[in-house]
Amino acid sequence: MDVLYFAWVRERIGRPKDVVDTQAATVMDLVEELRAREVRYEAAFADISALRVAVDQELTDFDAPLKDAREVAFFPPMTGG
Amino acid sequence: MEIRVQSDPFDLGQETNSFAARQTGMGAIVTFTGVVRDVASGLTTMEIEHYPGMTEAALTKIAQEAMTRFALGDVLIIHRHGALAPDDLIMMVATAAPHRASAFEAADFLMDYLKSRAPFWKKEITRDGTDWVAAKDEDETALKRW
Repeated sequence: MDVLYFAWVRERIGRPKDVVDTQAATVMDLVEELRAREVRYEAAFADISALRVAVDQELTDFDAPLKDAREVAFFPPMTGG
Repeated sequence: MEIRVQSDPFDLGQETNSFAARQTGMGAIVTFTGVVRDVASGLTTMEIEHYPGMTEAALTKIAQEAMTRFALGDVLIIHRHGALAPDDLIMMVATAAPHRASAFEAADFLMDYLKSRAPFWKKEITRDGTDWVAAKDEDETALKRW
């Protein structure tokens, strides 16, 4: 599964993308796995209320299931326009 | 309906003219343009990051919703990414409708959704350093009126 990071999440983690092999059932399970990786991941995911998530390019919630998901993206609230 | 996400600048006059020229039976065309504003009077660059793929999908979904909800004849959205300077044009929307009320309302709707549902992130580079622009609570509240 591709895990993408944008804006300050990307900067904090230090890379735009990870390819992960995971059995995580939900987005939150995946977040827990990522947090356990390294301090910089723990820092980026410290406060998930400051984050938004998209699964296969659709905005969703942290309790969303990941069955058959190919791409998960984490980013701060969007600032378009 | 036309959606464009690009790093190149766009010509506001030319885009408005060609949008107007391809309408028939539309009594009202409204355009809105977003411009890089130097809030801290020290802004050198505004960097706009986006999520290729999701950006186009999200903008298309927002435009389709506006087409249906306001019975529009047409919608144009152009949004830039990359490094922009103060007073550069960031984006534009144009709406075409039989009457002005729905053209104005649709442009307003598009802007509210673009602000917090299209995956763009702005970073301000000033003389003092760099900072990601934070989303405002009122941007989220603005969606509730639709």
